[in-house]
Amino acid sequence: MKKTLLAMVLLAVSGVTLAADDAVVRLGTEGAYPPWNFLNDAGEVDGFERELGDELCKRAGLTCEWVTNDWDSIIPNLVSGNYDVIMAGMSITAERDEVIDFTQNYSQPDPSSYMAMSADVDLADAVVAAQSNTIQAAFVAEQGWTLVEFATPEETIAAVKNGEADAVLADQSFVKPIADEDADLMLLEREELIGGGVGLGIRESDGELREKLDAAIASVKADGTLNELITKWEVGATF
Amino acid sequence: MFAYCADPDTLSGFKWLSCYLTTGKHFGFYWSFLTVLTLLAVTAPAALALGFLGARAARSRHFALRGLGKTYIAIVRGVPDIVFFMFFVIALDQGFEWIRHQWLCPNWTEAIRQGNDFRVCPSAKLPLGNSPQWIHEVYGFFLAVITFAIVFGAFAANVLFGAMTAVPKAQLETAAAYGMSRKQTFWRILVPQMWVYAVPGLSNLWMILIKATPLLFLLGVEDIVYWARELGGSKQAKFTAYPHGDWRLWYFLVLLVFYLSFTKLSEWVLSRLMVRLRRGQATVGGSA
Repeated sequence: MKKTLLAMVLLAVSGVTLAADDAVVRLGTEGAYPPWNFLNDAGEVDGFERELGDELCKRAGLTCEWVTNDWDSIIPNLVSGNYDVIMAGMSITAERDEVIDFTQNYSQPDPSSYMAMSADVDLADAVVAAQSNTIQAAFVAEQGWTLVEFATPEETIAAVKNGEADAVLADQSFVKPIADEDADLMLLEREELIGGGVGLGIRESDGELREKLDAAIASVKADGTLNELITKWEVGATF
Repeated sequence: MFAYCADPDTLSGFKWLSCYLTTGKHFGFYWSFLTVLTLLAVTAPAALALGFLGARAARSRHFALRGLGKTYIAIVRGVPDIVFFMFFVIALDQGFEWIRHQWLCPNWTEAIRQGNDFRVCPSAKLPLGNSPQWIHEVYGFFLAVITFAIVFGAFAANVLFGAMTAVPKAQLETAAAYGMSRKQTFWRILVPQMWVYAVPGLSNLWMILIKATPLLFLLGVEDIVYWARELGGSKQAKFTAYPHGDWRLWYFLVLLVFYLSFTKLSEWVLSRLMVRLRRGQATVGGSA
């Protein structure tokens, strides 16, 4: 009797661990910020972070799934448990670190550039667009310049094109491909070095997952895989 | 989609467009129309039912029930929609998970609230962490229906409350004189006659509901406005086989046509309904 009971308990426990091993790690991203993350023609998440994220999950032995979420509510939805990781080109900042935890950075601090319709924009006098809740928006506000915020990166570009704003401040990796292909837009010479590199955002109570992914990032850094991806997608300097 | 779409750069005109409009992304857009229509089809009756209950409660003779009905109407009508959609839904989701947690994991020792984090045991998660993405989407949709039903239910309750009061007293007194019980009077006299007063107000709510669907994206449900913005945004050749500039205007024009024709159709149906309801009823507009 005791033995059967013990066997049943063991079975139940092993069943539980099995279920835990099966667990899917859900990666939340914005899906609107090329080359970091965007939706490709098939409607799937694609980009630097897609490739890197899949590689990290493989190395950490995790089954991962991608979900898209609005940028503005990306942190509240993480802490309430709708997904487990934020991988959305999110710079590591002290402010965000109070609410969530970050892994080590998987990109070098990417300089932020101004993109405008003409090269002689006087920033102190200009209207500068930025995406809300970004380091760039915080930076423009700190300078005391006129800031207009938009919910999506696309709208910040459109604001410059239709004259609502004189310049947009965003990660160089995001604005450069746009300026390259659009004859009307150009990058200003001035650049800002803000932010401390991009990391994965994880719930503060999820220490185990953070360690696993941290180790995976260290491993892609060590064998050069990360540098290859950074060069391929042009998201800043290599390590 | 089509065989000739392998290399879109070489195509032009209609052929290019036929490829462009049949990418996987565009099918996401087309599906979202169905999502929105389904949402409306499910939410409208649910909100009406909730409104009916609310109106009945607000008219109740029992003070506690009346207080409940009136509080529901007052609170929900007073809170901005966007606040409701940002916070209420997260609270609702966490409420469900909390109940499941108490039920399924009685031996769990860790705290559920750890700072900002909300952590229930894995088997209490809704939907389960390892369920496929479509279950997550259906669950999000379900939360959206509940939230829309609660918000619009409060407005509907207020409309129905007014409509119930608008039915001429004489009708109810006559029913009582014929010996009908309160319940009989309510179902046979009051309810059939109140609609003619309720429909104009309800039709307003319906129109607002049609246009409120972009709030869906706050819940992670990808609706037509989300897709229009995503597809219309400028695309660089580096990231797509179909580069284009800012085409949001065209996508939003499509939405405009959709919304306008849908409201037009609704107006037509509602006016027919109104004619039908007025028949034989003692109102100013109808035949006495």
